Amino acid sequence: MKRYRSLLHRSSFMSAPHFDKYDAAPRQLAHTFSYVTPILLARIGLLLGFGWCLRAAADPSLNATYNMTRGVTELSHKVYNLHMTIFYICCAIGVIVFSLMFWTIIHHRKTRGKTPAQFHGSLKIEIIWTAIPVLILIAMAIPASKTLIAMEDTSRADMTVLITGSQWKWHYKYLEYPIEFYSLLATPRDQIENTSAKTELYLREVDKPLVLPTGKKIRFLVTAEDVIHSWWVPAFAIKKDANPGFINETWAKIDEPGTYHGQCAELCGKDHAFMPIVVEVKPPEDFDAWVNEQIALMERTKAEEAARGEMTMDELLALGQKTYESRCAVCHQTTGVGLPGAFPALKGSAMVTTDKAAHIHIVLFGKSGTAMQAFGKQLSASELAAVITYERNAWGNNTGELVQVNEINQMLSGELQ
Amino acid sequence: MSQELHNLVAHDLEPHADHAEKPKGVTRWLYTTNHKDIGTLYLVFSLIMLFTGGSMAMVIRAELFQPGLQFVDPHFFNQMTTVHGLVMVFGAIMPAFVGLANWMVPLMIGAPDMAFPRMNNWSFWLLPCAFLILLSTLFMEGGGPAAGWTFYAPLSTTYSNDSTAFFVFAVHIMGISSIMGAMNIIVTIFNLRAPGMTWMKLPLFVWTWLITAFLLIAVMPVLAGVVTMVLTDKYFGTSFFNAAGGGDPVMFQHIFWFFGHPEVYIMILPAFGIISSIIPAFARKPLFGYESMVIATASIAFLSFIVWAHHMFTTGMPVAAELFFMYTTMLIAVPTGVKVFNWVATMWRGAMTFETPMMFAIAFIVLFTLGGFSGLMLAITPADFQYQDTYFVVAHFHYVLVTGALFGIIAGVYFWIPKWSGVMYSERLGKIHFWCSVISVNMLFFPMHFVGLAGMPRRIPDYALQFADLNAFISIGGFLFGLSQLLFVTVVVRCMAGKGIKASDRVWEGAKGLEWSIPSPAPYHSFQTPPEITETR
Repeated sequence: MKRYRSLLHRSSFMSAPHFDKYDAAPRQLAHTFSYVTPILLARIGLLLGFGWCLRAAADPSLNATYNMTRGVTELSHKVYNLHMTIFYICCAIGVIVFSLMFWTIIHHRKTRGKTPAQFHGSLKIEIIWTAIPVLILIAMAIPASKTLIAMEDTSRADMTVLITGSQWKWHYKYLEYPIEFYSLLATPRDQIENTSAKTELYLREVDKPLVLPTGKKIRFLVTAEDVIHSWWVPAFAIKKDANPGFINETWAKIDEPGTYHGQCAELCGKDHAFMPIVVEVKPPEDFDAWVNEQIALMERTKAEEAARGEMTMDELLALGQKTYESRCAVCHQTTGVGLPGAFPALKGSAMVTTDKAAHIHIVLFGKSGTAMQAFGKQLSASELAAVITYERNAWGNNTGELVQVNEINQMLSGELQ
Repeated sequence: MSQELHNLVAHDLEPHADHAEKPKGVTRWLYTTNHKDIGTLYLVFSLIMLFTGGSMAMVIRAELFQPGLQFVDPHFFNQMTTVHGLVMVFGAIMPAFVGLANWMVPLMIGAPDMAFPRMNNWSFWLLPCAFLILLSTLFMEGGGPAAGWTFYAPLSTTYSNDSTAFFVFAVHIMGISSIMGAMNIIVTIFNLRAPGMTWMKLPLFVWTWLITAFLLIAVMPVLAGVVTMVLTDKYFGTSFFNAAGGGDPVMFQHIFWFFGHPEVYIMILPAFGIISSIIPAFARKPLFGYESMVIATASIAFLSFIVWAHHMFTTGMPVAAELFFMYTTMLIAVPTGVKVFNWVATMWRGAMTFETPMMFAIAFIVLFTLGGFSGLMLAITPADFQYQDTYFVVAHFHYVLVTGALFGIIAGVYFWIPKWSGVMYSERLGKIHFWCSVISVNMLFFPMHFVGLAGMPRRIPDYALQFADLNAFISIGGFLFGLSQLLFVTVVVRCMAGKGIKASDRVWEGAKGLEWSIPSPAPYHSFQTPPEITETR
């Protein structure tokens, strides 16, 4: 037994299977231990390994990534503490129950010449081991309920952001400011396809992050346009499903400025993995400066768009290709061939090569009952004109036709009236 | 009543019994109404499905071995996760339990066969048809279903391709098969018990299967209903799950999980029964707390109907509903704990030996309990917001379904295969299979807890760089676990070929129950005259 105990200390989850060869105990014991001791060592090793990983995670200097994030809101800290409490409770129960089990496995074996006892019940002990778990559960339910009720209280918010998920991007609209924008994955396609080296923020970077102030109670309204998505930022302990046609509410009051990452957590189709969330949290004065900057930027873009005259074929194709690759290629593919049976081909399509009005219409207003979105409100008129021109001339479609901004505007205003 | 029915069923078998020979050739298996043949068919089918679903898991693990897209495109990846889940749940785990019930329930209660032998044949032969339909979609244009095994609307309705229609049809057929199988088991247990086999003498495997069968009858129609709603939403213009037409996509999840939660207990309760047979046999000691085992099983079955929304904490429920489902979910820990304590108490002061079935049973207790612990963590709603839809959940349900349900089935196969085949399996191969499985399965699923906690969502073909190391490790564990199961096939095939030492009637020194009172291999027809009940459980 001494030998066996000393080995316990050396055990780890990886070395457990190799135990046999260290076993110098008498033959019979060696025989019995060879079956059972490794499983015991493996179990204890697992628990120790688990504990080590969580300890490492709790040490911020190690920057470990094996445990739940503590986060930067009061509630996220509470959630983290609940998680650790219930984890330690489970560990304690596990250690007690499995110690007893392995003790009996080692001692009460036929090879030790034991005769089996024949008892088969004890009301007293059965009542005890029913009652104790109930008490533990009640003790756990109280703090959990308190935290849950606080998490669901979205009243008295300082500002509100409407978050809309769609395949496969997020849209943010600030209800108190005239600001709204889409936020798309910024990782280039060639990194995903392994043709260039992956950078540090692979799949965690977006073109335009959500910007929020510190110290304000921010209410999030979460919804979706097509399928169910789920907006998840671990640092805020927020995961809320975005259900099409319904609006969910949640909130955060963020203590520390910084950049926080998350991603869509509900399977939402082909590019579910490529729908990250980035939130930049700034002190209130920096946030106000950002708001003013955004408003100025939007006015400048609007003026440029209005002043734009007819575009040349080259201009349209250049802008069109860029727009196509960022918005359309996810379904219709860079080569325009689509995914047969799931997403139609644009290359050689009858609509794209002949019926220009129908083509413009479907891009602007989408097609209900399919995954084709209405891009009229997502893209600028020049981007729309460019992308349609590109589709009508790329991959051998070669219609030679140009679509200009005024055609787009006519169609948009005609339909909207 | 029971005696008369017993004679009736036995009488039907008379003509065959006159000439003890089995029918020959393929038609034996096509037309068979023999519970042992049908049990074998179910078990062989589920083994084939285990490898079908397993090879899909290998595709998933290969793609996740490194960040970036290497082998498959995301659309095909989604088909793999979806069909892997469907095949493992409906094709591997459930039919394996039905196969074990077919073989063992009549032997354990002293019945000559199942109550409805011809329906039994039909229940089985529907299954290969259903899975041919489901798997054929993978070869069609646009591929198979890709909305996850939970097929949430509207991803499975408006945004799916036509594989949905095949999928719905396949699920209907599987459902009919399951309901018929469940009815057969219920009627058999109610009416064909040998005289003197009273309720409180039933082996626990029979009890757990009886309760499971009631769960099946209660919830399979709910699944049939929800897939039909998916079908009509997609093809016939209804709006059950479409907000634009007055429906609600979250209603899909309520209906699905009202089926889905009892379903997960359908996949674990019979395993509890198997473990409760094995532990006493190898501890040479009666099961501790038989009555509380029965009560705990029934309580778990009851609770399974009032916890479904714990799968949906992030969908946006009223806080009162979240509290209700948190409390009921936590309660499940109580009867489950009772079971684990009873198993440990059964071992206590026994005279144990550690043949392969016992090894798998012990691994079951430890690893299933680990899955139970993560289940308790998931019940804590505020923490669940962080766990939901991450690899933490994947780790949790694979601990309860692979090291729980599947290990239970494997333990049962090792335990009973000498009775089925008449020869002992190779203990050496069995032990090697055990150690390979138990080590690799933990390499596969244990680190998933950490990637999940660290923020990796489930059902993604590509991930951020901080998850790379653990995913490579997990994939290696996955390949090893997959390869280890080839050893299991070797063991089973050797027994089926009759290679091995001849097994005695009792097989295991400590085995108790009617199934051990008949010869090994079990004769084609058994208990044509009801046995005398001399042993107590």
